[in-house]
Amino acid sequence: MLATLIRLLGDFDLAEEALQDAFAAAVEQWPTEGTPANPRAWLISAGRFKAIDRLRRGRREVPGELELPVEPPEDPPDVIDDRLRLIFTCCHPSLNPDAQVGMTLREVCDLTTEQVAAAFLTTAPTLAQRIVRAKAKIRDAKIPYEVPGRADLPERLATVLHVIYLVFNQGYFTRADLAAEAIRLGRLLVELLPEPEATGLLALMLLHDARRVTRTTPAGELIPLEEQDRSRWNGAQIKEGAELVEKAFAARRVGPYQLQAAIAAVHAEASSSDSTDWSEIVGLYDVLLRLDPSPVIELNRAAAIGMRDGPEHGLALIDMILVRGELTEYHLTHAARADLLRRMGRAPEAIAAYTRALELVVEEPERRLINRRLIELGAPQKS
Amino acid sequence: MRYLCLIYEDEKAWMNASQAEMEKGMAEYNAFTEGIKKNGNYIGGEALQPTGTATSVRVRNGKVSTTDGPYVETKEQLGGYYLISAKDLDEAVKVAARIPSARNGTVEVRPIQEFSQP
Repeated sequence: MLATLIRLLGDFDLAEEALQDAFAAAVEQWPTEGTPANPRAWLISAGRFKAIDRLRRGRREVPGELELPVEPPEDPPDVIDDRLRLIFTCCHPSLNPDAQVGMTLREVCDLTTEQVAAAFLTTAPTLAQRIVRAKAKIRDAKIPYEVPGRADLPERLATVLHVIYLVFNQGYFTRADLAAEAIRLGRLLVELLPEPEATGLLALMLLHDARRVTRTTPAGELIPLEEQDRSRWNGAQIKEGAELVEKAFAARRVGPYQLQAAIAAVHAEASSSDSTDWSEIVGLYDVLLRLDPSPVIELNRAAAIGMRDGPEHGLALIDMILVRGELTEYHLTHAARADLLRRMGRAPEAIAAYTRALELVVEEPERRLINRRLIELGAPQKS
Repeated sequence: MRYLCLIYEDEKAWMNASQAEMEKGMAEYNAFTEGIKKNGNYIGGEALQPTGTATSVRVRNGKVSTTDGPYVETKEQLGGYYLISAKDLDEAVKVAARIPSARNGTVEVRPIQEFSQP
């Protein structure tokens, strides 16, 4: 409803106030006059009139080219379009990235500013100010309230997908609720705009989330994939994710999210680390690397090569990345090196690499796993 | 809506350009300007002489002070502008992306502040 009012009124704040007014009117009128046949249409219509009232009373300035349509708003197709418009406007690339995330969670997912601020380790006033500035920019620079056309869609969709994935990853270890919110948003997007990459992202999130309960010990230590209790993975979610990957691939417009989802599906459908089809995973990383070259993907591919061809082959590839001066300050580079050295029985070098990883790691579950590895390798413990 | 497209680029690149490069650059700009005149986006636009010709003027406590050059040294300098008309920011960005200097410099797109008539 908010999305529709924003389109009709052309102003975020005005639409929010109008909707509040409409709800207040409903609380007063519905008990005595009965609930209207179409409550949603009633609220939108009431919101529109309340907004006109506000404008007439001059409590706010009339936005530039405001035209209030006379016809009553229609329900189904418009409402769907409006939610999609809202997502694309909140994720407009000319808005501050924090504001993109904040506005999407607030306007599309109905989270409060306080909830969003807590999730992204900022304060509510700071976030509120960013959102106020973003809304002012939407109005003043006239950022359109529109789903982009074919030509711009890939680039604009990429920003939307990035925002959703950011929300998902923010909840990776500790916030199942945020991950669920990201999945809900992903589902909505796929329902409104079934582009292969949107489907790929939804699949990727479902497949990662399916392993959530087995990812950390009760004490909060990361459990690596090969040690996870696969019987506790969410089978229904894995099935759905894998089916979505196939559906996305059928469109023959492959992209990075689809490929990452396909890799996650190969992991999720294997009964153990040993029986995982590592050749398939390496092949998918090869395609991903061609499509979206980045040292982080190279690192992941090196780890997969280590599993397929033996640790010394993976180690050689990681060392090549480090020699180029890339990913030297990334904890996972050193953790992956350490892991391969450990498998090769080169304990002193493994200890050195784990120690370097420990200096760089941020997330507590990963820190604990590295500490356990160091103890297992007999490294002297710091007090 | 009116938008000002401010064109920032390394002016040394222009100064060091060969005659042929210069002519090619001018031809690209002429073609772009003709294009936006034809489709109605164009309101105005000019190229500026290099920052070496610039004078900064300040009045403090009623006293005028003039100094040489722009206020701060930057890697890219303001080299010209277009004033355009577009239906929204997305259209303005599309126009700005076609400005030849967008490929090696930066184009800043700013909506014009419209003041209501008294």
